[in-house]
Amino acid sequence: MPLSTQLETADDQYVLVASLDNVRNLSNILKAIHFKDHATCFATRNGIKVTVENAKCVQANAFIQAGIFQEFIIQEESVMFRINLAVLLDCLTIFGTNSLPGTSTALRMCYRGYGYPLTLFLEEGGVVTVCKINTQEPEETLDFDFCSTNVVNKIILQSEGLREAFAELDMTSEVLQITMSPDKPYFRLSTFGNAGSAHLDYPKDSDLIEAFHCNQTQTNRYKISLLKPSTKALGLSCKVSIRTDNRGFLSLQYMIRNEDGQICFVEYYCCPDEDITDSEL
Amino acid sequence: MWCELNQGNFFDEFQMEGVAAEYNEIYLELTPENLSRALKTAQNAKTVKIKLTNKHCPCLTLAVELPSLSSSSRIVTHDIPVGVIPRRLWNDFREPRVPDFDVSIYLPVLKTMKSVVERMKNLSNCIVLEANLNGEMNLKIETDLVSVTTHFKGLGNPPWVSEDGSQSSPQDRDPESMAEARIDIRKLLQLLAGQQVNPTKALCNIVSKRIVHFILLHEEVSLQYFIPALA
Repeated sequence: MPLSTQLETADDQYVLVASLDNVRNLSNILKAIHFKDHATCFATRNGIKVTVENAKCVQANAFIQAGIFQEFIIQEESVMFRINLAVLLDCLTIFGTNSLPGTSTALRMCYRGYGYPLTLFLEEGGVVTVCKINTQEPEETLDFDFCSTNVVNKIILQSEGLREAFAELDMTSEVLQITMSPDKPYFRLSTFGNAGSAHLDYPKDSDLIEAFHCNQTQTNRYKISLLKPSTKALGLSCKVSIRTDNRGFLSLQYMIRNEDGQICFVEYYCCPDEDITDSEL
Repeated sequence: MWCELNQGNFFDEFQMEGVAAEYNEIYLELTPENLSRALKTAQNAKTVKIKLTNKHCPCLTLAVELPSLSSSSRIVTHDIPVGVIPRRLWNDFREPRVPDFDVSIYLPVLKTMKSVVERMKNLSNCIVLEANLNGEMNLKIETDLVSVTTHFKGLGNPPWVSEDGSQSSPQDRDPESMAEARIDIRKLLQLLAGQQVNPTKALCNIVSKRIVHFILLHEEVSLQYFIPALA
């Protein structure tokens, strides 16, 4: 790529430099968490984590490991800034979202530090685009304090099993109720809409279910409007891990395979809607 | 916008008589939607005949002969009301003169240009188009949030020959120096989105800070667009 030689001399002034041969490995995964325009980027030696939140109730994290990038140089322990995700996505897809097979857009992303814009150099077929996106004051992101030792129930299933269910969710229902249990009905999704209630049960030994570790019967409700955006990530993913902890918090981890066969993760945390009493069950 | 169709390329038969021998032209005004709707039914037609008729009002009559299985032919007729423009107003419709441009340059692949302009439209309302005589063209937007510049290189500058045979492009111009114009990004996108097929040649002439003049040459059609610069 001619860009790299051209800019080599100026590299040391950047705290973060990351290059990709195929920009879609980044843009696709960011699209999966684009349900609000503001995103917080947090980079360490391991890679970049991009966080989007809504209503202090739901948080989506996209992890792009350093290994995904062809070049990843970070001068500080950690680098953090806030950016407009809609603008970033428009810039990343400047040469179009579906380029011809065999051609791809190369990206070089540079950041000089606090107060500086994020600079993107994109190249496709000899045409170069330079974008300077102003960064914003980073905001504290929510800590859901979701730790694996507190996980009560965990199911890993193939995404196709959930895709259909999520695509057909009754959006007139305010909540999605998730039941996970070591006994029947094992794993149940319920909605309560205008046209009535719907329950979808997955048998424990279904081919779609790869792992089933449920210790205790748990029924929690989550605002459907908060969960619906995760459908974007679901659509890209091959596997999904559904976990709930002792407080009823939900974690959805999507495993996404990019065009080069590398694995990335997108994670959604959502807090339960309300405590439901036994009489409602 | 200005479009010219060559008679010979389209019509088997062509008859016309203008107001007078020395003004052998007819100027008509019509709603383009009516014409395009009428032509849609003519997509599978065997023949199409276009006539200027005088029914209740002046009409462009399209007689579309559709293929039929039986021996009798099926003919669909559309009457599109038109206004005949009197001769004293003809001057308003003359093909605009190619302005004395600062830089003339071939455009890059329109598909690439279109996707770039599409994204830029999401970010800004106006776009700066600049080019020089070294075959370089830049598209730029700048807002509070973001600045984006796309650089095209090696596009080539068309040789313009003026009527007296001399090279008319300003030879004394520094080939590196950019001529620029800020234009409405939606107008540029309309132009690019309207291109169904890639023209054989596409070029643009920039009159610095005044106007951008686009010329798209197809096999049978030539299109010209003029987009004025914003203040």
